[in-house]
Amino acid sequence: MSFLTLSRVQKHYGANAVVKSFDLSVERGEFITLLGPSGCGKTTTLRMVAGFETPSAGEIRIEGADVTALPPNKRQIGMVFQAYALFPNMTVAANVGFGLRIAGRPAADIKSRVMEMLAMVKLADFAERFPHQLSGGQQQRVSLARALAPSPRILLLDEPLSALDARIRVSLREEIRALQRQLKITTIFVSHDQEEALSMSDRVVIMNGGVVEQAGPPSEVYNRPRTRFVASFVGSLNQIEARVIDAAMGEVEIEGQRAHCAALPAGAAAGESRLFALRPEAVRLGAGEAGHNRLEGVVCDLSFLGALVRMSVRVGALTLLVDAFNRSDAMLPSPGAAVQLSFRAEDLVGLEPA
Amino acid sequence: MKQGSTGAWVAMGLGVLYFLLPLIATFEFSLRLRRGEYSFDAYRSALGSGEFQSAFLYSATLAIVTIVIAIVIVVPTAYWIQFKLSWLRGVVEYITLLPLVIPAIVLVFGYIKLFNTESWLPLTGSAFGSDVLLTLGYVGLGLPYMYRSVEAGMRALDVKTLTEAAQIQGAGIGTVLFRVILPNLRGSLLSGAFLTFAIVIGDFTYASLLNRPTFGPYLQRVGAARAYEPAALAIMAFAITWGCMGVIQIVGQGGRASRARS
Amino acid sequence: MTGATLSSPKTGARAFSLAPWLGVAPFFVFAVLFLIAPTFSLLVGAFQTPQGDFTLDNLWRLGQPSIRNSYLLSLEVSAASSLLGGLFGLVLAFAAVRGGLPAWVRPTLMTFSGVASNFAGVPLAFAFVSTLGRMGLVTLLLDRGLGFNLYQHGFNLFTFWGLTITYLYFQIPLMTLVVAPALDGMKKEWGEAAESLGASRLQFWTLIGLPILGPSLIGAMLLLFANAFGAIATAYSLTGPSLNIVPILMFAQIRGDVLHDPNLGFALAFGMFAITGLSNLAYLALRARSERWMR
Repeated sequence: MSFLTLSRVQKHYGANAVVKSFDLSVERGEFITLLGPSGCGKTTTLRMVAGFETPSAGEIRIEGADVTALPPNKRQIGMVFQAYALFPNMTVAANVGFGLRIAGRPAADIKSRVMEMLAMVKLADFAERFPHQLSGGQQQRVSLARALAPSPRILLLDEPLSALDARIRVSLREEIRALQRQLKITTIFVSHDQEEALSMSDRVVIMNGGVVEQAGPPSEVYNRPRTRFVASFVGSLNQIEARVIDAAMGEVEIEGQRAHCAALPAGAAAGESRLFALRPEAVRLGAGEAGHNRLEGVVCDLSFLGALVRMSVRVGALTLLVDAFNRSDAMLPSPGAAVQLSFRAEDLVGLEPA
Repeated sequence: MKQGSTGAWVAMGLGVLYFLLPLIATFEFSLRLRRGEYSFDAYRSALGSGEFQSAFLYSATLAIVTIVIAIVIVVPTAYWIQFKLSWLRGVVEYITLLPLVIPAIVLVFGYIKLFNTESWLPLTGSAFGSDVLLTLGYVGLGLPYMYRSVEAGMRALDVKTLTEAAQIQGAGIGTVLFRVILPNLRGSLLSGAFLTFAIVIGDFTYASLLNRPTFGPYLQRVGAARAYEPAALAIMAFAITWGCMGVIQIVGQGGRASRARS
Repeated sequence: MTGATLSSPKTGARAFSLAPWLGVAPFFVFAVLFLIAPTFSLLVGAFQTPQGDFTLDNLWRLGQPSIRNSYLLSLEVSAASSLLGGLFGLVLAFAAVRGGLPAWVRPTLMTFSGVASNFAGVPLAFAFVSTLGRMGLVTLLLDRGLGFNLYQHGFNLFTFWGLTITYLYFQIPLMTLVVAPALDGMKKEWGEAAESLGASRLQFWTLIGLPILGPSLIGAMLLLFANAFGAIATAYSLTGPSLNIVPILMFAQIRGDVLHDPNLGFALAFGMFAITGLSNLAYLALRARSERWMR
């Protein structure tokens, strides 16, 4: 039995269905990210787990017990908000110790636990400061310490990094992940940033319009997207319309050139046109190895993206993006040059129709 | 405490009761002049009185003069503060707070002391001098509201850019102020004007102590002498105040809308 | 036209432009002559004898029983109307901002409060006479409808409590206007964070809500206090000389109805200015502090 279960959870506001049907099982100690664009229902789902919203239908279970109707202050969850939400009238230490104070723990216990938590987020010297004296990143770390101090069963984070500078976002992201691994606490993280989701999570749940499009480990969601939405939301992507030649052999035709797809989607019939995804980094310049797909094309443009060089290559009427590492010894073609592209059959992923 | 808690409704209900009852009671009282039946006799009596007409006219005239002077003082000030002298903003805002911080009775006492018949500017000695003093006192009373209104309007206008655009076309400062800035401030000016009007009509302290026959002292005299006319006058005063506020709301929105269109 | 100097490059000595200073001159002349100087003159006069010498005598004479009682009375009326006005105004603002009422309630309340907070003075006195006077509507309704005669039970509109109830008509709206923005600043997330950490509603309000709102509430009530202390027209019309608050006393002084002792009058003004000035300053300071927190 999993640690946290959401079964057929729905949420309507009047006629508006924000969460249409949500199912998820989370194991103890797992780090799950709910990823999706604004309005997809991820925050609402998180708030239902927290208890700030009541599901219109379905149930939520923590450690086997039904908590659907339980108020938030009895669920033993920790929550970190996008806007930090530190209590401005209390010092950092008082903020962090708040949950323990409510629970009636003795003052000495509270004090030692608070110092322990502050040391963990590397803010031990800031105990007597007030929130308005701290930077955004610091406030968020205090917020994290506060949420974790009462040793909650589940940690919920609602887009905690969205209000911060890019550099702090990256370092704080790593800190949060390290902390979570160390404490082994079950965590649900909500984000609209796919880089955050992929780098931090054990599993990513991609939501769109109130439903789950795909749930799985980051590598699976990235390399084997199931739907067009997932493919385009996570990472950059080439979308290719190809005609199925032989469904059993996985043979398809792209702009008049033959290619193999390792796994055609079920029900693909010969003569049908289907949508395929191909990651830019999966495509190599040159003939590649035996058994790889090969396409002939002409280079249109090159963009220097720092670690990567992105090329756009015309194959018939199609323009493919090809990413190559920026290696000093690499010989890169110039615009107008004819090139050969190669990629493995496994990298051509068939997408479910929208 | 989410959707329409009963406590909130009860609080609102009691609030409405406390605020509407006196208005209803006053109206009812004002209708009681004729024995045994309700009538508007009190209103007729009050409105028809020559004293009423002269007192109201007096106040209204003073109000208009006050508004003109206030605009002449406030508009250039707000303009230059925004455009060139922004370091003075704090000082100016502090000054506009003074009429709110200093009680009216203290201010008028100060006037009487400073401008009495033995001083360097003996305004209290003559009727005209007292009128001048009274008007300038009213300018002071309305200053916080007029300034705030005009300043907000100017800030929304981005005065600096407008001026520079006009100057490139060859306009001098006078033209900029009169042809460019002022017409766009219509909403703010009207708001400030109506608020000032309401303040002037509603004043009692200044006029009474400076001995001028405005509406305020007249009201007080009627209250001491008659029974039902005061209630009618109170209803009329309230209607005037509400009317002014209503115009301000409409004009305020109209101003905003016209800016959005351009 | 000095307008040309605005866009011309700074050439040597003529970098100074006259136009802005001419533009703001009327404002400052007005402020000095008709706001600062009169007040200053009064305050100075409080420390002078009729001959112009420095003295603290006037301030000492403020201590005489009749004047001291007047100040006490003013303090009591102001305290009563600001505490009660503060409480009821807070309740109303709370109901409008966080009571979950229909969307049109709050703007209507705010507009009404804007008007009502200015509806003081003679007409307000008339309104309350029509309501709670001997022949007032509510008095009559209570008597004939419920058999409860207010005046027989000792109530009288022309006393301390009558004046206080009348003052509430502009104090409550003022409180509502001032406190509503502070209530807006109470972030929803604070309540949720507290709940997620195990706190009940009551614990939230006692440990977090009230401490945060506290300075704003106290500041607002100080504003109400200053407002009531300085008010005269309503009192003059309603209770007149029978309720000898400081403004009434000053009014009589200025009119010359009492002993012709202008310097005592100045001292009275000084006392009043000190009290309302301090009150207002405290309000501004508390407001600035809570704005810093709410950022």
